[in-house]
Amino acid sequence: MSEMKKIKNLKEFSTSADRFEGANLLCPGCAHSIIVREVLNATNDDLVLAASTGCLEVCTAVYPYTSWDASWIHIGFENGSTAVAGAETMYKALKTKGRLKQPDRTPKFVAFGGDGASYDIGFQWISGCMERNHDMMYVVLDNEVYANTGGQRSSSTPIGSSATTTPAGSISYGEKINKKDMMGIMGAHHIPYAAQVAPNKWKDMVKKIQKGFATEGAVFINAVSPCTTEWKFDPKDTMHIADLATDTLVFPLYEIIDGRQYNITYRPKNVVPVEEYLAAQGRFKHLFKDQYKYLIKEWQERVDENWAYLQRREEAKV
Amino acid sequence: MAFDKMKLRDIEVWDGNFAAAQALRQCQVDVVSAYPITPSTAIVEGYAKFKSDNFVEGEFIMVESEHAAMSGCIGAAAAGGRVATATSSQGLALMSETLYQASGMRLPIVLNLVNRALASPLNVNGDHSDMYMVRDSGWIQFDAFNPQEAYDLNFIAFKVSEDHDIRLPAIVNQDGFMTSHTAQGVATMDDDTAFGFVGTYKPMNDMLDFEHPVTHGVQTEEDWHFEHKARQHNDLMTKAGPKIDEVFADFKKLTGRKYSQVETYDMEDADVAVFCLGTSVETAREVAKEMRTRGIKAGVVGLRVIRPFPFAQVQATLKDVKAVAVLDRSSPNGAAGAMFNEVTTAMYSAENSPLISGYIYGLGGRDLTKVHLVDLYNELDTNVKAGKVTTPLQQFIGVRGPKLAYL
Repeated sequence: MSEMKKIKNLKEFSTSADRFEGANLLCPGCAHSIIVREVLNATNDDLVLAASTGCLEVCTAVYPYTSWDASWIHIGFENGSTAVAGAETMYKALKTKGRLKQPDRTPKFVAFGGDGASYDIGFQWISGCMERNHDMMYVVLDNEVYANTGGQRSSSTPIGSSATTTPAGSISYGEKINKKDMMGIMGAHHIPYAAQVAPNKWKDMVKKIQKGFATEGAVFINAVSPCTTEWKFDPKDTMHIADLATDTLVFPLYEIIDGRQYNITYRPKNVVPVEEYLAAQGRFKHLFKDQYKYLIKEWQERVDENWAYLQRREEAKV
Repeated sequence: MAFDKMKLRDIEVWDGNFAAAQALRQCQVDVVSAYPITPSTAIVEGYAKFKSDNFVEGEFIMVESEHAAMSGCIGAAAAGGRVATATSSQGLALMSETLYQASGMRLPIVLNLVNRALASPLNVNGDHSDMYMVRDSGWIQFDAFNPQEAYDLNFIAFKVSEDHDIRLPAIVNQDGFMTSHTAQGVATMDDDTAFGFVGTYKPMNDMLDFEHPVTHGVQTEEDWHFEHKARQHNDLMTKAGPKIDEVFADFKKLTGRKYSQVETYDMEDADVAVFCLGTSVETAREVAKEMRTRGIKAGVVGLRVIRPFPFAQVQATLKDVKAVAVLDRSSPNGAAGAMFNEVTTAMYSAENSPLISGYIYGLGGRDLTKVHLVDLYNELDTNVKAGKVTTPLQQFIGVRGPKLAYL
């Protein structure tokens, strides 16, 4: 029988059984480990995990050590999704053939990847896994940059962000292209469940992860993961930055059921101006120079427009 | 729903692709993760039909690329079961990254590689450029010369690959179209006998054993990477060869069909020999017999096991031969032929080395004719009489235009 954890408060949640050890090499203040713990702690079921090459992978499985007290696999940069899909397929085969060692278990199959591994290089592999509707969950640790390799732009990098391959300079404001709408694309696969989550809104996140685990078929999760190193904020401010991301509606929290029904799951009581989110991060520092201030206004308009769009989708139920 | 067994005749008329598909069915592969590409497509099509007709109990996923096909195989193998796929040429090129990952993670997987030229120019026909491209990828590589061998070598490949002392993936090569699409008589095993030979898969470090969680695919840098790679090489150099011989012997006991890492034909008293791979072996065998009626003691050497390269067996086979032609069905693109290099390296340190010359032939499926081989044996005979190689070390045969020769 599948078992969902009952979680009453944050203390209980944060001290529950760890299958992801604190002994890892991630930066102090990195949101990746917080998100991973929130995903893993949402269930007591056995786990088969994968990570694509990236921060999480290189910081948690450096031979002869491992931070994972669960089955875990890494193959390459682009194929974490397919690694888990392969394992899930083997699970089905051995179940049919009666060769599972612990046939009473109900394992959950989860792949983690950064936005580079997911929005860019592994995009096709994820699309394939979602299209085939493997009984698995794919979680993007979305820090909007190739952080592991030192801060190059990905297709998740937002406009105006200074990345090492789109640096701000005397004649450039940094990244020129808008962030890819991965949630919309995944929704278009008509998978049973897709959701955007944030580590600061842990109750919302656990609810969605548990909903995902209870779903039969492919689940896509996009988790905003504030990156102290590349977003350039103090490591102690990770949750503050995440709060700004959700409360400015830069990262709206919502879910898509069967690719059609949008549900907004968090409506901030006081919506914070986007400017505050941008001002809190070094990657947007140059936008506050006079010649680029118009971009801040455009940022706010884009966020407002997206929020209006999500509400229309939610209301329309189509 | 229990799956059905298939009643086979003692001899079936199968092409190489269908023979391989039948072998995968009889091995009761747990997961096939595949992507179609000419000329290997019929293997996965055949397997898909078996699945649709309830002759296969395992899972079969058609993924979105060859890279994903092998990625799925790796995930499935790490989960703990029998895994196979098939590809050719560009597909192999696309999955080549994952081939190194599969072998480095010590996962037993069987890949049917239906040999085909690499673009550009695009070409769907058989040559060995794909086979050579992944020769250093850490996979065991077998070579089938005909459909019968494509069938047999699949069973042998699973048994070697899955052995707990070996734990390395294996490729079964067969020539695109020449073998894959040419129907011949294939002696079969009944389903129970065939499955009995490979047996039920014995998992090791399986991700689906939740009492013993494992971490697959770790990071190592200068502190440990060398040791991992050295150990893998060591197991290929010292363990895989004896295991292959053992499995060949088991297979002979079961079927009467004898395989050797280096196959020899008319080599007992041969003065001159052609050393080649794939379907060319059979053509060369015919010509060798004809050359003997003309007074030239001709023989043929076919390489059955490409990796690990059977260094000592090649030395022993060629030690009393006076002149050898090594045939490469791949453009070396700026070097001596790949197999020419392997053979000359082996013979350089042997007590007696024959005169060795290299030939590049058959690119993109160009036929190797008997006339080519007659000329070639005559050149070897001339070399023997002269006591030295009288031709350039590398000659192109069967290519239009002025004769191309180098080195």
